[in-house]
Amino acid sequence: MIDVVAARDQPTLSDFGHDVWWIVLIKIVGIFGVLVVMTLFAIVFERKVVARMQQRIGPNRVGPRGYLQSLADGLKLAFKEDIMPALADRPVYFLAPVIATIPAFLAFSVIPLGPTVSIFGERTPLQLTDAPIGVLVVLACSAMGVYGIVLAGWASGSTYPLLGGLRSAAQMVSYEIAMGLSIVAVFLYAGSMSTSEIVAAQADGTSLSVFGLGFTGPSWFAVLLPVSFVIYVIAVVGETNRAPFDLPEAESELVGGFHTEYSSLKFALFFLAEYVNMVTVSALAATLFLGGWRAPWPISIWDGANTGWWPLLWFFAKVVVALFVFIWLRGTLPRLRYDQFMRFGWKVLVPTALVWILVVATMRTVSREADLDGGEVAVFVGVPIALIVLAGLLIASRVSNRDTRVAARAAAAGSVNPTEPEVLAPSRSRDRTAGGFPVPPMDLRVPPSPRLRSREVVGAGTVVGTGRRSNPSTDPAPTEEDGDV
Amino acid sequence: MSVLAAAADTGVQIGTGEAIVFWVLGPVALAGALGMVLSRNAVHSALWLVNTMLALGVLYVVQEAPFLGAVQIIVYTGAIMILFLFVLMLVGRDTSDSVVETLRGQRIAAIVLGIGFAGLVGAGIAEATRDTPVTGLEAVQGGAGGAADGNVQAIAELLFTRYLLAFEITSALLITAAVGAMVLAHTEREPGTRQSQKELSRARFLTGDHPQTLPGPGVYARANSIAAPGRLPDGSPSQASFSTGVEPQVVDELPSTGSTGAERSGLSHAGGTDAALGTLEGTGQPARGGEPS
Repeated sequence: MIDVVAARDQPTLSDFGHDVWWIVLIKIVGIFGVLVVMTLFAIVFERKVVARMQQRIGPNRVGPRGYLQSLADGLKLAFKEDIMPALADRPVYFLAPVIATIPAFLAFSVIPLGPTVSIFGERTPLQLTDAPIGVLVVLACSAMGVYGIVLAGWASGSTYPLLGGLRSAAQMVSYEIAMGLSIVAVFLYAGSMSTSEIVAAQADGTSLSVFGLGFTGPSWFAVLLPVSFVIYVIAVVGETNRAPFDLPEAESELVGGFHTEYSSLKFALFFLAEYVNMVTVSALAATLFLGGWRAPWPISIWDGANTGWWPLLWFFAKVVVALFVFIWLRGTLPRLRYDQFMRFGWKVLVPTALVWILVVATMRTVSREADLDGGEVAVFVGVPIALIVLAGLLIASRVSNRDTRVAARAAAAGSVNPTEPEVLAPSRSRDRTAGGFPVPPMDLRVPPSPRLRSREVVGAGTVVGTGRRSNPSTDPAPTEEDGDV
Repeated sequence: MSVLAAAADTGVQIGTGEAIVFWVLGPVALAGALGMVLSRNAVHSALWLVNTMLALGVLYVVQEAPFLGAVQIIVYTGAIMILFLFVLMLVGRDTSDSVVETLRGQRIAAIVLGIGFAGLVGAGIAEATRDTPVTGLEAVQGGAGGAADGNVQAIAELLFTRYLLAFEITSALLITAAVGAMVLAHTEREPGTRQSQKELSRARFLTGDHPQTLPGPGVYARANSIAAPGRLPDGSPSQASFSTGVEPQVVDELPSTGSTGAERSGLSHAGGTDAALGTLEGTGQPARGGEPS
């Protein structure tokens, strides 16, 4: 598949590793700058887009049309007071934002931004480096980024951050599995794990002839492998902790989640890492599924579209579109409940990805044995199967929601109690919650704690925690002190 | 070192970069291992171990096994150690190892035995590999996947041809372990014994006359004590806001005209709103030094 089209400017694996040192330096600084600028842009873009979705204007004060707002916010954040909580584990608390940020930047080093170009007379690919395992570098970096969040939650020495850290540990590990599985099908089709060769594999669609009409089929893996693309998109939203999967920092439940105790530059680093991760997974989506830096169809008719510096434009256009989808999701969907979220990841995404890998591998083998082209198999076999599966899912969801629809129609027609469900007793119908308020049990007897042996044993046999105000003169004072045993 | 020397002898040159990486990452990995053993805090130990694993992963990559290096980082460092951390965080951050030696002298014995074991293994490996000729990676991969195919293809071919049985048996073992852990830890519920959220919600709306949350005590009243009942719009105390286990407290009624004490007495600041809250005298509760809560 790789050597289908070896375009003149298409870099291959052997083109990497020969750059002069100052070219490497330029690339490193350039990627760093691009990521920081993209972060600043993404924050303003997000605030403006979400504002439009909510019938507001959004930031419009700082700079032209408010576009410098996030720059001002970043500067302000850097000059705020840095607070170290008294209970924090100092070295880990200090390291956590650094661990979160560095892999985020590192992952972008294998993203191909364009074809081979000339920088000050040196021919070099617009990509810092590549390896036979290019995409795995991104996965490894995102795996390392989890540590930053988990350790931040643990080192803060506070309850809500710990809960946020625990949530993110479970969430990111499980969604990383779905993300990795979704990429496997791309590896199978491209025949390589290197990012530049995956882009090369999406260069040309296969020629098809349908009913005597010859045309070029789609070449993007998003079209050829739609299930992989959908799973990838869902999984990276969970992987980057973005709404509707932003459970590690759910404001309404965990204050700020893992970064509750962080302030100043450390908090800014977390913010930076989150947005750089967003940009990276968007860029990876463009690389793996949307043709990389290659121009989309109407533009690709122009011969010069995939040469020189033009592909940078197409690439970043794709990245911005992907970022817009992130923001769109945030502006549209409510946050999932945690158990629903984990169930979705493990019981829907992972099995679907596994079955899909099986299907793709079978299709590859069949096409190789029968000497068919991969694109033909995908279009003639994959698309009908996908349509059948989608129709099946639609019917299944309508069947499972039938009761609700019937009830809703009856309610709209004026029925008071459209359905007649069995009247269930309220779940906790014991007498202590009879009034609806949770009260501690009135007759709870707590055995004396063994840790209190050295002190005077006072709790033995006394009723604690009645919640009832008793006369202070008859109430033994020490029980109040030991009430939290 | 003997391996390096042997490599130099047989003509397979080790590049300067590789040597530098080895001499930087070797001590880092060793420091991580020592730190892991010596740390008192379990999470710090785990972090030191992560450090060692990362160094090993980079060493694999440098020795032209990039796939192995990436898998080392993704699987071991990224997934397994995160699960370790997960458990350690659940245990709690203040639980450190006990410093009391229950077996006297065990620390000294452990150190001596550990050094002895390391010496034995090191000497054994050094002796076994001293005269082994170094063939180089290309020669090795040329036999299996072909040198041009590279490390990834070579590993894949070996895994799915020569070591297929071991590979499959390992996966079966791992799946058995995972299923066994689930069977041991999972509590099976009879289907239907647990009400779904939809059923609970319907039951709440159909049985009670109060589908929403009950009014909080004191929210609409003139005190924020839990003992003060909430007020209905007509000013009467709401029965639903009485908390069980707390004796309801009687709070003064609002003045009939005007909402503040200042309006009632005709003075602009006399009494103020605090005075209009009334006192606790006559309610059987001790007054709190004039400070309204």
